[in-house]
Amino acid sequence: MPRNKVSFISLLPLGCLFALSILLGFYLWQLGSGQKSLEELPSALIDKPVPTFNLPPIVGEGVGLSEKDLGGRVSLVNVWASWCPPCRAEHKILMKIADTGVPIFGINYKDTPEAATRFLKNLGNPFRAVGADRTGQTAIDWGVYGYPETFVVNKSGRIKYRHVGPLTEDDLHNQILPLIRRLQ
Amino acid sequence: MRSLLGVLLTVFFLTTEVLALEPSEILKDPAQEARARSISKNLRCLVCQNQSIDDSDAALAKDLRLLVRNQILSGKTNEKIISDIVARYGDFVLLKPPINQKTLILWLSPMLILLAGGMSLYIYFRKRKSADAETLLSDAEKEKLAELWKGNRS
Repeated sequence: MPRNKVSFISLLPLGCLFALSILLGFYLWQLGSGQKSLEELPSALIDKPVPTFNLPPIVGEGVGLSEKDLGGRVSLVNVWASWCPPCRAEHKILMKIADTGVPIFGINYKDTPEAATRFLKNLGNPFRAVGADRTGQTAIDWGVYGYPETFVVNKSGRIKYRHVGPLTEDDLHNQILPLIRRLQ
Repeated sequence: MRSLLGVLLTVFFLTTEVLALEPSEILKDPAQEARARSISKNLRCLVCQNQSIDDSDAALAKDLRLLVRNQILSGKTNEKIISDIVARYGDFVLLKPPINQKTLILWLSPMLILLAGGMSLYIYFRKRKSADAETLLSDAEKEKLAELWKGNRS
């Protein structure tokens, strides 16, 4: 009976659907194994030089943070705020990194000088220098969309890695420290 | 029932866009404000990810709206403003992704699936037509049918 014979062409849509679901499944599997979430976006600034910026310090006049402070050696840039609970949660990880001698620079996002100072006084200050980004303009230049965010900058001042959200022990040992060693 | 439908339709068509834009953000020059709207309606709010920055109440969306307006006031073109934001946030910030190597599958796959579906429908119906033709009545059956018709009429 010709009607019962299933032709190759009639299986094509089903095949397409199957191929698509395999593709998407693979994508999800990859996210699961790489500790990446669906919300985490790749940075457009990877391998690009750090953006030009010049921020005042948290309190008073004088030296804050600018792109000239980065480069020359491998460093970390952390965007944080005292009002951001995940920033508080990752703070002990930043202290650990600071203990290894790798310089961490802070961009204090939309904070008040009082609250930011209190935060560092209570939890410890892992930063070589901090710039206060009151308007959030510098954070936009860095392509920041969630807080905290941590960038790894190489010796020539290029961004090599961006982490969105709080750093965990796991991130520290499996991502950040191996990358720093490789770049050094 | 009909009047209810009428009311619903009226409400539907009277509803205007609700923007998160605050009155203080709006530019004085209506032409510049229109430019700002046309730019920001295509920019994704990265915090909420499925809203434009015009629709979103997120702080980052507001900052980006202000950025767009400041750039307009400083005399930059629409293209330059958009490309500056894409340089920082990547193609994902555009609600309508550009066609490039990375997004080719995204753009082509609906067309390919439609094509494959259309092709298989076409072939399915053509096959069915020829199958119908093959299962036409045999001569003996035709005769029998004619006899039955006769019997019915008399």
